[in-house]
Amino acid sequence: MKFGVVVFPGSNCDYDTFHALQNVMEQETVFLWHKDSDLQQVDCVVLPGGFSYGDYLRSGAIARFSPIMAEIKKFASAGGLVLGICNGFQILLEAGLLPGAMLTNKNLKFLCQHVYIKIENNKTAFSRAGRKSQVLSIPIAHFDGNYYAPPELLAQLEERKQIVFRYCDGNGRLTEEANVNGSLHHIAGLINEQGNVLGLMPHPERASEKIVGSDDGQVIFQSIIDYWEKKAGGRKKKAGKTVRPVVSPLPPLVGSL
Amino acid sequence: MIDDKTLADHNLTRDEYDFIVKLIGREPNLTELGIFSVMWSEHCGYKSSKVYLKKFPTKGKYLIQGPGENAGVMDIGDGLAVVFKIESHNHPSYLEPYQGAATGVGGILRDIFTMGARPVAVLDSLRFGPLDKPKNRSVAEGVVSGISGYGNAFGVPTVGGEVYFHDCYSQNPLVNVCCVGLAEKDRIFLARAQGVGNAVIYVGAKTGRDGIHGATMASAEFGKETEQKRPNVQVGDPFKEKLLLEACLEVMAKGLVIGIQDMGAAGLTCSTTEMAAKSDTGMEINLDLVPQREEGMNPYEIMLSESQERMLIVTSQDKVKPLQDVFSKWDLEAVVIGKVTEDEQLKAYFHGELVIDIPVKAVVDLCPAYRRPVEAPAFVRRLARFKVPGMPPDLDLNQVFLQLVASPDIADKQWVFRQYDHMVQINTIVLPGADAAVLRLKGTKKGLAMTLDGNSLYAYLNPKRGGEIAVAEACRNLACAGAAPMGVTNCLNFGNPEKPEIMWQFKEAVEGIARACRQFDIPVTGGNVSFYNETEGQAVFPTPVLGIVGLVDDVATIPAAGFRGEREAIILLGENKEELGGSEYLKLVFDQEKGKAPELDFRSEKSVQEVCRQAIKQKLVRTAHDLSEGGLAVALAECSIKSKKGLGFEVKLNDPIRTDALLFGESQSRIILVAKEKNAGKILALARKMKVKAKVIGKTGGKKMVIWHRKKKVVDQPVELVRDAFKNSIPGYFKV
Amino acid sequence: MKVRILVSLKPSVLDPQGQAVKNALHTLGYQTVKDVRQGKVFEIELDNTVRQTVDKLIPEIADKVLANPIIEKFTWEIIEG
Repeated sequence: MKFGVVVFPGSNCDYDTFHALQNVMEQETVFLWHKDSDLQQVDCVVLPGGFSYGDYLRSGAIARFSPIMAEIKKFASAGGLVLGICNGFQILLEAGLLPGAMLTNKNLKFLCQHVYIKIENNKTAFSRAGRKSQVLSIPIAHFDGNYYAPPELLAQLEERKQIVFRYCDGNGRLTEEANVNGSLHHIAGLINEQGNVLGLMPHPERASEKIVGSDDGQVIFQSIIDYWEKKAGGRKKKAGKTVRPVVSPLPPLVGSL
Repeated sequence: MIDDKTLADHNLTRDEYDFIVKLIGREPNLTELGIFSVMWSEHCGYKSSKVYLKKFPTKGKYLIQGPGENAGVMDIGDGLAVVFKIESHNHPSYLEPYQGAATGVGGILRDIFTMGARPVAVLDSLRFGPLDKPKNRSVAEGVVSGISGYGNAFGVPTVGGEVYFHDCYSQNPLVNVCCVGLAEKDRIFLARAQGVGNAVIYVGAKTGRDGIHGATMASAEFGKETEQKRPNVQVGDPFKEKLLLEACLEVMAKGLVIGIQDMGAAGLTCSTTEMAAKSDTGMEINLDLVPQREEGMNPYEIMLSESQERMLIVTSQDKVKPLQDVFSKWDLEAVVIGKVTEDEQLKAYFHGELVIDIPVKAVVDLCPAYRRPVEAPAFVRRLARFKVPGMPPDLDLNQVFLQLVASPDIADKQWVFRQYDHMVQINTIVLPGADAAVLRLKGTKKGLAMTLDGNSLYAYLNPKRGGEIAVAEACRNLACAGAAPMGVTNCLNFGNPEKPEIMWQFKEAVEGIARACRQFDIPVTGGNVSFYNETEGQAVFPTPVLGIVGLVDDVATIPAAGFRGEREAIILLGENKEELGGSEYLKLVFDQEKGKAPELDFRSEKSVQEVCRQAIKQKLVRTAHDLSEGGLAVALAECSIKSKKGLGFEVKLNDPIRTDALLFGESQSRIILVAKEKNAGKILALARKMKVKAKVIGKTGGKKMVIWHRKKKVVDQPVELVRDAFKNSIPGYFKV
Repeated sequence: MKVRILVSLKPSVLDPQGQAVKNALHTLGYQTVKDVRQGKVFEIELDNTVRQTVDKLIPEIADKVLANPIIEKFTWEIIEG
């Protein structure tokens, strides 16, 4: 399967997401430059975390006007898989690909820590590799992750099972304390009605290897791969060669753009 | 003729002025005077410190680049090099905590990527006044959000550091930021302006009137009128810096750069003169071409502006266009403002007129060096004579234990660390709060360990010992991760060097650090001196902060910071001595900051560290933690608090010393190792072989923290209670 | 001409920043402060040719870019010209 990781000016989890997909999940992965309009025939677009355009107006507010976003909208409306992580989630909200908005965390501070999230709906393309109510340990790192939607919309999201992940404690309980950023209904991850666009505040790419504390994030990536392989009729495209991990100043990004 | 007031405003003496006249053969104009003033400031010219800094060892087998460049470089194998450096941003952070700290981060990041390295970690050493004062809280809050705001957006993880509180920092907070980067070993870039006729290119943000004379500000004592200097503080733009990073690394990778220098303190002045001076060339620039953010800027302002997120690049004429293309891809400006010349002069034109014409080497290399008078302050001997009072008979050590764990210097700093993105780049395998932070090196089994350390109270009582202990403890922290130290960077924060007592503290501390570095056989690769940390005559404690990096051969062997399993053996390496001078305990119970700083014997220190590393290498160690502030009892408590399973411990001690000194004394050269019972013997044998005192003092497990001394239970507290005291202390100050 | 646009959170949306400022003011003894709402100010300089269409233009850019209509509202005024 082929993933495309979008690079906006200010994206800073682009290499991380690339690393998780290409080197850990062993899937072919390319970078998509924000000024381009070519999605390079990818099967899934990932909007990575970071501070696109410095998040200066509102988180994700300016990135949605990038040329690549117009293509992503078309791609999504044609049923293409789109995953927005953290800032990527914020961009999807601003772009109207997902409903609702983000407010500043309830304690008014940036929060970087491991949190637990619970799979509420494991029937989606992004969660099918997990069990219902399975608790995943995945880190968050954001300032504006306090999900907000008006009451009618929230009711609708609940009814249509669009809330895929919720913040919980280690035992899967929805305690106030576990909802660190103050999100309504503990929303950590949300899917669109059609089921092909997911926004997620926690960072699965930061939890894809045991050595960094958790590999629970693989559940999300594996779900996408499983879904795609099933759809593609068991066709399994093997990954390209593992690129040299990005510790050098010559990242794969330079060559591919 | 320049009058006395102008000279005073520029922090230059009449003698220095006369020397300038002699060097350039005429009276300088105001812009030229400004250039000398910043370049000969303490911050850039090291005029009071130079003679002592020469004592640092600067050679080592892994060394690629020592002091004198933007950062030090060490070879870490696999074709990679680690690039690292520490800088202070103390004065700006007091004036405007958020921007002061943010631009401190921005500046050190540029120091690293200007060398061709991608910044992979930031650590910071912070010193504030006590948190019970609202002003100190607001400074602390501003500084932490500034670091977080800049580092997080830029995308570099802030992986560790230290935070301490003392009243001497109430009006002089210390903000020292250390950045670590990774580069390809054979692709290191230096500040050079080689090749006569080559283009001088200005890249990055536009120049405004920010921070004019920031460098001279950092070289003057604060007075009442400091508030007026506020507009000088620069404003940071991490978004632009992130673009600048990517663009710079891309032009370097494409071979489009001959030399590059960031515009930090003293901006365009420093970059032009240094690049030329180091290459025996000159530079000719046209100030009208410098991208400007404000209208009507004059040459003085353009040359001395400290606007952030700017770099100067020298490259050959045929590479100008491809270089500009890369910058334009990242939406950044790259403007040719001049060329490299042969004559070793900096010449600048403004509106067609030659406004600067000075020899670069005079500016860069001929800053006067002073051997200022030194004199040991009277208090040092007085304080050392202090006799620790006997233990009050009614003192409840079990209660003291709880209070110590909650004292802000020791308590959990999670309130700080969770505001920093410490995981971006997904290399952080030992999170903030442990002895040393460790990054894995993707694609290898190796890890890069790093730590910052400094105990200013020890340095106040005995600056030489304070310097030695800072190095020893930093190395010990690395040892607890299984890493051997490779190289050192340091940030030396002191008061006014024109006072002989301060200069004595500085000299002593430098000698201590130099001696310790020799003992550990590690070179100093660079660093920063910050003088004039005093307000209204009140200096901070001498505060040398050491940043040391080391390598872990196999990250799979790294022990945890907390207990992992029930009934594991707790082993103490090293010796408990009756030392309470300068301890947290003495401060808390007796309200005294006196006595002798702990002894340090390098031979036993090194052996203890070696046993620790060996044991880790042989995969015998489950948990490791070094003993520092708060002593043995606090170290044990920390292992328990950091245990994911909330495991307690029971320890039995029989040392023939005072119970308070045994529990809370801060004797050096001690490490706690925890091992499966069956492996304890192997560790003890290893210790015996290296002549290190070691014994099993107890075991992990249960829900309580229990310590016995000579058959008497002296500490007995539920894990949960101690953990809450540790965790809630600092956040408690910030609840509105 | 110059236009000033004020963007703030809708009354129905909790404003933690405003709350924090209010609490701080109360701690400092300003008990008469009943509520604080925080927002953003944009000052936009416009070409004089838009004079006729400014009533349409400003709401359009405010809605499209400056404010997020799900959580924010805006008001605007001409401050020059």
